Amino acid sequence: MFSSLGEKLQETFKRLKGKGKLTEQDVDAALREVRVALLEADVNFKVVKDFVKRIRERAVGQEVLANLNPAHQVVKIVRDELTALMGGENARLNIAPKPPAVIMLVGLQGSGKTTTAAKLCVLLKKQGRRPLLVAADVYRPAAIRQLEVLGGQIQVPVYSSDKSPVGIATGAFEEAVRKGNDTVVIDTAGRLHINEELMKELDLIKKSVKPHEILLVADAMTGQDAVTVAETFHKRLELDGVVLTKLDGDTRGGAALSIREVTGCPIKFAGVGEKLDMLEPFHPDRMADRILGMGDVLTLIEKAQDTFDIQQASEMQKRIKSADFNLEDFLVQLRQFKKMGPLEQVLGMLPGFGNMKKVRDQFQLDERDLVLTEAIINSMTAEERRRPDVIDGSRRRRIAHGSGTTVQDVNRLLKQFGQTKKLIRQFTSMEKGVKKGVKMGRFPFM
Amino acid sequence: MGFVNKLRSSLTKVRRSLAGAVENVVSGRREIDESLYEELEDALILADVGVAAAQEIMSRVRKRVKELRLKDPMQLKPLFKEEILRIIGVEAAPLFLPKEPPAVILMVGVNGTGKTTSIGKLACYFREQGKKVLLAAADTFRAAAIDQLEVWAKRAGVDVIKQREGSDPAAVVYDALQAAKARRVDVVLVDTAGRLHTKTNLMEELKKIRRVAEREVPGAPHEVLLVVDATTGQNAVNQAKLFSEAAGVTGIVLTKLDGTAKGGVVVAVKNAFEIPVKFVGIGEGVEDLIPFHPGEFAAAIFD
Ligand SMILES: Nc1nc2c(ncn2[C@@H]2O[C@H](COP(=O)(O)OP(=O)(O)OP(=O)(O)O)[C@@H](O)[C@H]2O)c(=O)[nH]1
Ligand SMILES: Nc1nc2c(ncn2[C@@H]2O[C@H](COP(=O)(O)OP(=O)(O)OP(=O)(O)O)[C@@H](O)[C@H]2O)c(=O)[nH]1
Ligand SMILES: [Mg+2]
Ligand SMILES: [Mg+2]
Repeated sequence: MFSSLGEKLQETFKRLKGKGKLTEQDVDAALREVRVALLEADVNFKVVKDFVKRIRERAVGQEVLANLNPAHQVVKIVRDELTALMGGENARLNIAPKPPAVIMLVGLQGSGKTTTAAKLCVLLKKQGRRPLLVAADVYRPAAIRQLEVLGGQIQVPVYSSDKSPVGIATGAFEEAVRKGNDTVVIDTAGRLHINEELMKELDLIKKSVKPHEILLVADAMTGQDAVTVAETFHKRLELDGVVLTKLDGDTRGGAALSIREVTGCPIKFAGVGEKLDMLEPFHPDRMADRILGMGDVLTLIEKAQDTFDIQQASEMQKRIKSADFNLEDFLVQLRQFKKMGPLEQVLGMLPGFGNMKKVRDQFQLDERDLVLTEAIINSMTAEERRRPDVIDGSRRRRIAHGSGTTVQDVNRLLKQFGQTKKLIRQFTSMEKGVKKGVKMGRFPFM
Repeated sequence: MGFVNKLRSSLTKVRRSLAGAVENVVSGRREIDESLYEELEDALILADVGVAAAQEIMSRVRKRVKELRLKDPMQLKPLFKEEILRIIGVEAAPLFLPKEPPAVILMVGVNGTGKTTSIGKLACYFREQGKKVLLAAADTFRAAAIDQLEVWAKRAGVDVIKQREGSDPAAVVYDALQAAKARRVDVVLVDTAGRLHTKTNLMEELKKIRRVAEREVPGAPHEVLLVVDATTGQNAVNQAKLFSEAAGVTGIVLTKLDGTAKGGVVVAVKNAFEIPVKFVGIGEGVEDLIPFHPGEFAAAIFD
C-alpha cells in the first residue's frame, strides 16, 4: 500500500546526482514526499506542516556530504529531527522519594489503561517495589473484575470499594500507607476528553492524591484526532508522560509525533502486546524509522556513511551496471560489503531484499568464503579476471592449485559470480521500471 | 427523535469540524483557486480520509469545477458532498438477516474498539424488534471479557453461552449455535477477542470460528462486522484488508463517533474495499448505536 519514502526520494533525486549543495528545489521536492509519508503515517497535518517547515530551513543550503547522495541526506536530516522531537533520551518514571508514589493512568475508552496498569506493576515489581493496583473505573461493565483478574495473574493486590472514584483513590492511598505498598497505580475509566463531568472527576482525583506521574495511555493507531485528545488531557491535568499501546501491529504510529509535539511530554513506554510483560521503554529512533516507513534502511545509510569510500563506490556503481563487470570488481564489491557487517544482515535491512530468499542465498558468504574468494581471484591472470569466460577446466585446476583451494571452490565462485551478474542485470532493469510493482531497495552505491 | 436529528445532535462536532472546515475554507473567498483546493484537501486529511482518497476526491472536484465552469466558492459545498457520497454510497446497507433463523453475526476487530459494547447494544436493538437473541462469549482470552458480556446480556435481557476462560473459542461458538437451534433463537451475536490483524495465529483462530459457523448453520455467518474505532487513522485500511481476507468482513461498525474524531478513514476503506458502514456507535449506553445511512449522514454533515 505505502511505497517506501526512500524509494520515492531516490526517484525525486535521480536527476540531481553530484550536486554540491542542497538547493531549495531539491529540498522542496524531497519534502513533498516526506509530507505525504508523514500524513500516511497519521501525523497530524498541522504538526506535519510545522515540521516540514523546520526541516526546510535546516536543509536548504546544506553541503551535500561527500559520502551521501542528496536523497539520503534529506532523509537523514528528517530522521534526526524526528528522533530529537520525540525525545532523545528514554524517559523514566518519577518515583517519589517518600512512599507511596502515585501513578495515575488516563485516556480514551479502550486505549489500554487497565492492561497498562498491570504491566507497569510487573515492571515495578522487577525493580523490587511493592505496588498496589487501584480500580477507580466504576463505569465500564466488569472493569473492576478485569483488574482483579490481572492483579491475580501477577500477584499484585487490587484495591476497590463501592465509593466514588475520588473516594476509591484516597482510600487506596491510605491502604497503601497502612500496608506498606510503596507505589499506587490507579486505573481510571476511559473517557472522552470533551466529557466535562468526567474530566472534572480526574481533576478531583488529582487534587486528592496528588499523583507523581499522570500518564496518558494512547492507542498507537490513533489518527489525526490524537492532537485534540492529547492537548485537552494535558491542559486539564498537566500530564507527565505518555504510554503508546498496541505498537505490536503494523501501524506507522504517527500519533507518537503528534502527541509529543502538542504536549511536550515524553513518551515513556510502548505497549507491544496483550501479555503483561509486553511493555517496553520507548525508543524515539525506532519510532522515527517506523513513522517514515523505511524499515532499517536508515541504519544502513548510517553504516554506509561510516564505511564506504564514496569515490570508489561511485566508480563501482558504473562498473556494476556496465556489461563488463568482472571478477576484480566482484572482489572489491565483496570487500566493501564485508566492511558493513554480515552480508545477510545488511541485505535484510533493505526493503524488498529481506524477503527475497534468492538474494539471501546468493549472498550467503562468511568470512572464510571471502578469504577463499580473494585467494582464488588472486591466482587468476589479468585476462581471466576480466573475461571469466576463458576459464576452462585446465585453468580451473591451475587456479585451484595456486590458491590452495579445490576445483569445486573455483567452480562455486564462478557460478556465484555468474549469478550475481545475472541478478544485477535484473535489478538494473527493475530500476528502469521494467518490472513495475516489484519493490526493490537499492544498494547505497547504485 | 428521528434518525437525522439524533445523528445530527450526536454529530454536531463532526458537523462543526468537517462541514465547518469546508464552510470556513469557502466562506469569505472570492474565487476558486489553488490555495482553496489545498485547504479543502487538508480538511479531508484532518478527517482521517487519508492522502490517497483525499487526492482522489479533490481531483474529481477540480475536474467538475472545470466542466461546470464554477466560479463561486460556495458552489463547492454540494460538489464536495456528492463526491463523498459517491464513495460511501447513497443507499444504506442494512444487515442481512436470513429467512430461516438463526442469523449468525460475528463481531471482529482489533483490541478495544468496542466489539463487546456494540454486541450489548445490538442485543437491545434486536430485542426491541421482538427478536430472540443469544450471545456467544467467544472471547475467552481477555481478562473478565466474559463477565463484561454477561453484564450486557443482563441489561438486554438475553442469554449468554459461555465456557471457562481460556477455552477454545470455536467450541463456544459451536455450543452457542447448537443452543440457538434448539431454542429457536433469531439472532446469535458472537463476541470475539480483540486481535491485531497482523497476528497470523489469532487470525487463524478467527477462520476456525468462521468455519464452525459455516458448518453448523447454512449460510452462516450472515454478517461479519468489523468494529472500527472512529479515532483510528490509516491503519484501519490494513485492518479492513486483513480481517476481510481471514473472516470475510461484510460491514463496519464505526464506534466512538461521539468524540471529536471524524471517522473519515471509513471513506478510505470504502474506497479501497467496498465495505459499507452498517452501524455507528455514539456513546456507552444501550441506545447509543444507530443504523448508518450514508445519505442522511452526509446530510447531517453538510446541510
Ligand atoms: N495488541 C495489544 N493489545 C493491547 C495492548 N495494550 C492493551 N491491549 C488490549 O487492548 C484492549 C483494551 O485494553 P484495556 O486495558 O481494557 O483498555 P482500557 O483503556 O482500560 O479500556 P476502558 O477501561 O474501557 O477505557 C484489550 O483487549 C487489551 O488486551 C498492546 O500493547 N498491544
Ligand atoms: N464513547 C464511546 N465509547 C464506546 C463506544 N463503544 C464502546 N465504547 C467504550 O470503549 C471501551 C472498549 O469497549 P469494548 O466493548 O470493551 O471493546 P472491545 O472491542 O470488546 O475490546 P476487546 O475485547 O478488549 O478487544 C469501553 O470503555 C466502552 O464503553 C462508543 O460508541 N462511544
Ligand atoms: Mg479499563
Ligand atoms: Mg471485548
